[in-house]
Amino acid sequence: MLINLLCIALIGFIIWWFWLYKPSNETKVDASTSILVKDGVYSPARIKIAANTPTEITFLRQDKSGCSATVLLPDLEISQDLALDKPTTIALPALEKGEYPFHCQMQMYKGVLIVE
Amino acid sequence: MDHTTHSPMQLNILGAGCASCVGKIEKAINSVQGVDSAEMNFADRTVLVTGKASAELIIKAVESAGYNATQIQAESAEDAMNEKEQADLQHYKSLLRHTFIALSVGIPLMIYGLFIGEMTVSTLSEQVVWGLVGVMTLAIMLISGRHFYIGAWKSFLNHNANMDTLIALGTGTAWVYSMLIVAFPQLFPEMARHVYFEATAMIIGLINLGLALEVKARGKTSEAIKRLIGLQAKTARVIRDGKDLDIDIAHVLLNDHVRVRPGEKIPVDGVVIEGNSTIDESMLTGEPMPVEKVLGDDVVTGTLNKSGSIIFKATRVGKDTALARIISMVKRAQNSKPPIGRLADVIAAYFVPAIMIIAIVSAMVWFNFGPEPSSVFAIVSATTVLIIACPCALGLATPMSVMVGVGKAAESGVLIRNGEALQTASKITAMILDKTGTITEGKPQVTDIILVNADSEEQVLALSAGIESHSEHPLAQAIVESAHARGIDAINTEHFTAISGKGVEAEVDGQILLFGNKKLMQDKHIDIGLHEAKAQILAEEAKTPMYLALAGKLLAIIAVSDPIKPDSIEAIARLKRSGIKVIMLTGDNKATAAAVAKKVGIDDFFAEVMPEDKANKVAELQQQNEVVGMTGDGINDAPALALADVGFAIGTGTDVAIESADITLMRGSLHGLADAIAISKATLRNIKQNLFGAFIYNVAGIPLAAGVLFPVFGILLNPVIAGAAMAFSSLTVVSNANRLRLFKAKEH
Ligand SMILES: [Cu+2]
Repeated sequence: MLINLLCIALIGFIIWWFWLYKPSNETKVDASTSILVKDGVYSPARIKIAANTPTEITFLRQDKSGCSATVLLPDLEISQDLALDKPTTIALPALEKGEYPFHCQMQMYKGVLIVE
Repeated sequence: MDHTTHSPMQLNILGAGCASCVGKIEKAINSVQGVDSAEMNFADRTVLVTGKASAELIIKAVESAGYNATQIQAESAEDAMNEKEQADLQHYKSLLRHTFIALSVGIPLMIYGLFIGEMTVSTLSEQVVWGLVGVMTLAIMLISGRHFYIGAWKSFLNHNANMDTLIALGTGTAWVYSMLIVAFPQLFPEMARHVYFEATAMIIGLINLGLALEVKARGKTSEAIKRLIGLQAKTARVIRDGKDLDIDIAHVLLNDHVRVRPGEKIPVDGVVIEGNSTIDESMLTGEPMPVEKVLGDDVVTGTLNKSGSIIFKATRVGKDTALARIISMVKRAQNSKPPIGRLADVIAAYFVPAIMIIAIVSAMVWFNFGPEPSSVFAIVSATTVLIIACPCALGLATPMSVMVGVGKAAESGVLIRNGEALQTASKITAMILDKTGTITEGKPQVTDIILVNADSEEQVLALSAGIESHSEHPLAQAIVESAHARGIDAINTEHFTAISGKGVEAEVDGQILLFGNKKLMQDKHIDIGLHEAKAQILAEEAKTPMYLALAGKLLAIIAVSDPIKPDSIEAIARLKRSGIKVIMLTGDNKATAAAVAKKVGIDDFFAEVMPEDKANKVAELQQQNEVVGMTGDGINDAPALALADVGFAIGTGTDVAIESADITLMRGSLHGLADAIAISKATLRNIKQNLFGAFIYNVAGIPLAAGVLFPVFGILLNPVIAGAAMAFSSLTVVSNANRLRLFKAKEH
């Protein structure tokens, strides 16, 4: 019985943590902040930028895995190879308000660009 | 190398958020001994430093001012490629090392379990022995599996779950459960005291092995781009101050004079200013025949000078050369996704948490309803579900095929702009071909001169060249050139007027000279009488007849025709064989159009289409639910190319309009078009195979792992087998994508 309750609680936790929870701790980013690509995550992974102004974001990849070598912004048709241990800057055009996800080819790494 | 003078150094500055930082950074750098000047460009956050100070000192100074800096190496694409390969190789080796470590413990344990003894814990001595094995397994998890656990934990904190999560949870569950048995065997029924350390070690080893093989196979998918990068020469021989200097291509400047000898590569784009030669452009265009280059002709980076020595003036250098633009475009396209891949993306986004829930539910079902020892079955099924359900095959299915397909296309001179163009091209049902320059050479020639009242062909050509030298019309050029070729001087004409859609009018010695079509003659009341029949015959031979009249009398009929490209017929047949409706579009009259269409085997055509109406024809076909491809050679086709579902631009060799068209064909032949469609179809087929494989694998694998076969057949998957299956699922996808490399677009 206890085990069953534990399992149900666990399922509830998974649904809440991965699907329902909306993190609010976005990071304000200007061209100077670089996004670290390491250990399966972009940090920071939620990036807030201003709307209607061209911006740049910089990635610093410290992960050798093939997947992390490319970052894709599907909505903007951007795909950029990231050099290992060297910053790679991506120029973004002026964007409308909204959320623009970015990820690696396999979607192991996920992040979102919040344009406000 | 010269060690006393230093070339300026460029650094990337990180952390400079505001314009006021500029002064601070420049000041910090200037204070370094040996720095002559430091100039910061705030727009791109770089600083240019001259002087003989070392990069390390300057970076330290920047850091002490509160920023970060890295040196920008003037690196070529080739260096970047090599660096990437180096990194891949290292990654490959470290993965193999992890595999070896994990399997060297996992395999003996597994052999013991299978053939020698029971892996159960009852007595104290068994507790001690298996406790030691547990600690050893933990060590392996921390050495060979650390990247999974760190990745899983970090993603978890970010509310993300991925394949690391599944592997970490699966192996972690197996280990923790086994450790509980070792520590408190009395809590479990006797038949449930089975440990799964070997599964943990084996899974970690196998998955590392799968990743290693995948890294190797991925390397092959970028072969096409490697080949393009390899076309670049390393040095160029420029003439400065009358002397030949061998310099690095990175230092070639615009307008430099570059000398190229037979057998050498063209180092940068340019225009020939001395000498002549033949150049093999096949590496870029796929066109096998070498091209004659004379004064004023363009030469393109990466092509091979064959016969003569030439000097050319550099017109595009560095990343502006056609080759550099092609490389960056192919790279971009290789990483873009066609719409078919988006479904997989959506699924992948929800996949892992869903799998965790399935694993828990499966464990609950076993625990409550399963046979004894139910806790063992619960743990095994949950572990197996977690391990087998890796989303990586799903995530790789599309990108890998696109990577190979786009590269393969580039090898045959077809530049695909993005994944969407690739997918749409595979679905084209109707292909519109612009006649001039696409089906034909686009360079009309005089084929017949029929004398009526004229004295000689020379007179006819002299007069017609005289009047046409004022005209911009492509046919006019054919006449002027033909007169020139025969050494005939054009007669001077005055008061030139062009009569739209009809021809031209001018005066020679006060007499009216007319040159144009039947309508012009009718308007001006020139009797063409029985000669119209001759003109008709010429028209039926796909030639354009034009009448020349002087002082009210018909002098001659001149026929001009634009020769059909030698392989148009065969290429069009290929398109038709692949089930595509081929339609020709031309501004020419119906009779000429019909003749050309018949000759090349096209059933439908639109004749007398004004350039501005081309787009309307595309729209018309689209309204009939056709997926329309439009192939044209130039600027006047731009609106139609843009409106079509896929626009194919024929850019012959040098001036590649690569950014504007969906697909650019770098060689003039229509075989490029047929190749493009064949490759897009093959790539889409490959993507579908990959997606099918990845889906089926999970659709079949997960229920199997959960134990649906158990009630009837008594089969429950072993977690180790799940680990092997997972490791090789993504490898299968990458290998299948690599199969595309062998695809050959058949010319027959
Ligand atoms: Cu995986």
